[in-house]
Amino acid sequence: MRIPLSYVIKRVGFLVAVLFTAATINFLIPKLAPRDPVQEMIQQKIASGGLTSEGAQEFGDSLRELYGLDKPLWQQYLTYIWNTMRFNLGYSIINYPQRVSFIIGQTVFWTLGFVATSTVLAFAIGTVVGALVGWSKTSKWFSWLMPPLAMFSAVPAFILALVLIYVLAFKAQWFPLRGGFSATIDKNWADPKFLLDVAHHALLPGLSMLLVGVGGWSLGMRAMMVTVEGADYMTFAEAKGLKGPRLFFRYALRNTLLPQVTALAMRLGLIVSGATLVETMFSYPGIGNRLGGAIRALDYPVIYGIVFFLVVGIAVATLIVDLMYPLLDPRISYSGG
Amino acid sequence: MHRGRGFRGFLNYIRRNPAFGGGLVLLLALFLFSTVAGLFVPKEGAYPLAAMPKQPPSAEFPFGTDSVGRDLLPTAIYGTRMTLSIGMIAGAIGLGVGTVLGFMTGYFGGVFDTVVKFFVDVLMTIPSFLLLITIASSVPNPEDMSVVRMALILSIVSWVQPTRAIRAQVLSMRERAFVMMAKLSGMSGMEIIIKELMPNLMPYLAISLAGAVNGGVLGSLGLQTLGIGNLREPSLGMTIYWLRYYNAFLQGYWWWIVEPVVVIAMIFIAFLLLSIGLDEFANPRTRRTV
Repeated sequence: MRIPLSYVIKRVGFLVAVLFTAATINFLIPKLAPRDPVQEMIQQKIASGGLTSEGAQEFGDSLRELYGLDKPLWQQYLTYIWNTMRFNLGYSIINYPQRVSFIIGQTVFWTLGFVATSTVLAFAIGTVVGALVGWSKTSKWFSWLMPPLAMFSAVPAFILALVLIYVLAFKAQWFPLRGGFSATIDKNWADPKFLLDVAHHALLPGLSMLLVGVGGWSLGMRAMMVTVEGADYMTFAEAKGLKGPRLFFRYALRNTLLPQVTALAMRLGLIVSGATLVETMFSYPGIGNRLGGAIRALDYPVIYGIVFFLVVGIAVATLIVDLMYPLLDPRISYSGG
Repeated sequence: MHRGRGFRGFLNYIRRNPAFGGGLVLLLALFLFSTVAGLFVPKEGAYPLAAMPKQPPSAEFPFGTDSVGRDLLPTAIYGTRMTLSIGMIAGAIGLGVGTVLGFMTGYFGGVFDTVVKFFVDVLMTIPSFLLLITIASSVPNPEDMSVVRMALILSIVSWVQPTRAIRAQVLSMRERAFVMMAKLSGMSGMEIIIKELMPNLMPYLAISLAGAVNGGVLGSLGLQTLGIGNLREPSLGMTIYWLRYYNAFLQGYWWWIVEPVVVIAMIFIAFLLLSIGLDEFANPRTRRTV
């Protein structure tokens, strides 16, 4: 069950390579684009009325100094990497002088709340439902679940969100249309009424992610269950006289869990990308909607900062899932990496 | 495995693989909708001020109109055409690059393989959509983004999955007896790749293509929904951007929501059915028993 140290080192080394690549891309893209970001920032600031023309020169100089644009390229690059690795992601242009890291801190927990909850629930429900659908000894009625589940798995969560908003929030009025909490309520995290209000607002975005997730996980699980049922050890276990539930949970489900967890590690990026768009649909106060806002306002430091932060989060989560394998499946060998 | 030849044989096969048939029919229907229907409905209707705004579906406007007077029927027709074109161009480039890299790395190995595999692994960890956001939001004049330029941006990431999948298949096939035979009979590496491996991997190449086109469509929709790209052209993602911008929900313009949702759902269900069907074609042994 122990994870060899060499494997951990290799995986952590890969994580560093991923972060380095992401930071390098963030550094290179604006350099490749034939535009002067400082000039654009100033013009935007003037256009929005937040800056006089005397202030513009000073603002531009401070920005150029902040980004070290007067130094040679390799030095800029090293400074950028050094800053990025310490999560010094610079300042927002639109909400100057807010730090990007401050904006991330303000929004990330909203996203984490509903995305983590819906992902865990979708994984659990989808795995069990998929296993039941694939298991030949369950009622044939379960196979009727497959077409709707397959449909949910195929449609992007933000498209489903549009339908849910219209039907459940606008028509039935069971849920609020948008936002993370009611405008009329005191924002006090110790107040149970406020917490209920937050949960009420999070339910519909969570449901969009949940339905799509359950569809995806059950589809993968069903296919694997069919394969496992034909395996020799299943025939043997049945011949030994083992009964339904034990056969289902200990023999079939246990052996199909590992591919599901591998798929979870692979799909984290898709889940986060999907959540970004779902948040935008609901104007949810999370990091994805903030990213959408930054894109519409061309607030580049915020765009690059949030993207980098999400890449780090996904890479770390993937690493954790990878290191969890031996707990789930003692057969795993780490020699190959 | 084929009963009968030509079209009859094909129909017989579809009968045994209904998912593949369903996917083909759906995709064909969307294709005809976006091309043939375009012959009868002029494109001008898909731009603002073309019709009376905020009209529910009627005989004059079968799909209704939006808040700024786009007729939603031509918007759907030309949106489907734009979005599918973006997906197909990005998917074709992705499959092309993926095929070359996948066969080269899988068959020849070596330093080139190590380098490509490293980049593929890194790009598999960095979510492609986030990478696309960084790139697409930084290009100059995003408001004039053409279909081809959008597709080219998407193809920056669309080669990764095909490369990975094709490389894995080539690796597993490289040691098979028929490849050994070909080697012994004096065929060169390139000859083996083109004459022996390619035909055997056709179903996998088709699966990769379907996946890459699907990814291209999804990526373009996501970017446009966030407001990156050409906001004037009536692509499906832009329809969603504008219906959110004008709060179609709050006003109860259900027809404005139905139009992109139905078309987009059809596109993705078509690709799902197609990939299930192709999967069955490639691995008939795992054919489902229930």
